[in-house]
Amino acid sequence: MRALTAEATGPHPVPEQRAVGDIVMPLADRDLQLALWMLYELHYRGFDGVDPDTEWDPLLLVSRAAIERVFERAVRQLVADTADDGDGLGHIGAPPAEQVTRELTRLTVSEGPSDTTAFLEQEATRDEFVAYLRRRAVHHLRESDPHSFLLPRLDGAAKVGLAELQYDEYGSGRPDRLHQELFAAGLRSLDLPTDVSVYAEEADAATLASVNVMSLFSLNRRLRGAALGHLAAFEATSALPCDRIAKGAQRLGMPEVAEYYEEHVVADAVHEQLAIHGICGGLVTDEPELADDVLMGARACLTLDGLAGQAQLDSWLDARSAHQPVRAAG
Amino acid sequence: MSAAKRVSVIECPGGPLLVRGADEVVGVDGQVTATDRAVVALCRCNRSDRMPWCDDSHRTRRRSKQKQKDERAT
Repeated sequence: MRALTAEATGPHPVPEQRAVGDIVMPLADRDLQLALWMLYELHYRGFDGVDPDTEWDPLLLVSRAAIERVFERAVRQLVADTADDGDGLGHIGAPPAEQVTRELTRLTVSEGPSDTTAFLEQEATRDEFVAYLRRRAVHHLRESDPHSFLLPRLDGAAKVGLAELQYDEYGSGRPDRLHQELFAAGLRSLDLPTDVSVYAEEADAATLASVNVMSLFSLNRRLRGAALGHLAAFEATSALPCDRIAKGAQRLGMPEVAEYYEEHVVADAVHEQLAIHGICGGLVTDEPELADDVLMGARACLTLDGLAGQAQLDSWLDARSAHQPVRAAG
Repeated sequence: MSAAKRVSVIECPGGPLLVRGADEVVGVDGQVTATDRAVVALCRCNRSDRMPWCDDSHRTRRRSKQKQKDERAT
């Protein structure tokens, strides 16, 4: 923040020991992820007290491109490292669009509840549940906004399908049903702030990376296939966890929070079909060369969201063990 | 909405029926469920907890023990 506001003349370099190229683990590097999140936020709502012109400041755009190169390479590497044997579109036969929709469906079959959602449903205390909401706020307070940047970058069925999905995300004509607003209402019901910067500032690298990857894919036209694959994987793995999280919120007496998750059970069961078949299928029918990118984006979503979920679990466990009195041995 | 609203139904492979333009669904018991969503997904596997809507239960590999019990009981 200081680098953006400190000088009246606008953004300026600040001393930094490391060059971007020196960063070994970009996905786990909180400084890098927070810097990137802030650079992206200039394209969404910006920051109070920061000149709106900084959005297109050449120094910042050059910095963003340098960080994005490192980030994208790390995401692609992670996806390549975690791909399973059934992956790939090498086999002949079905048309590319059908291969992609089939593979997206296969990748997102539920193996049962994740540890994170099971914990939220059954075990989490109120404080632990709130810690989860604070992490997810970085995503949900800007929910669906990255994908709006994709609309002018698409044609035909993919564009129509995405517009239809976004219409539902944006409340189907009713401002009070805007999904971002449903989440904000949940936060307000718990007397929590609704300013996204509060949550970005306290978020860990994995959480920020899981959000930043959506802007990376959506703001770079070259990566539109990956952006839509990410969207499909996200929607297709949302309804079942949201059902459990809604139950957890009910258990803890948080009706407004439960409503947000409840809305996403039925909505995302629809969005999943739109995203896999209408949007990704439509895109690959029109642009078959994007098939691999669509699947890369889907895997990036599943892997990065998995890492963010693991970081959440670890932090719950750490907090619990820190509060437990150490028992004497024997 | 135009006066002559077009309703379409798409069968999703291994999944629900996607219906555009539906105003209400009448269940087998005569229960009417209204909707104002532009597109809805209707459950086809009877595993949903939110009938008539799809809740993605078909995406779980195994049926939950409770659901298997419920199904046996009916």
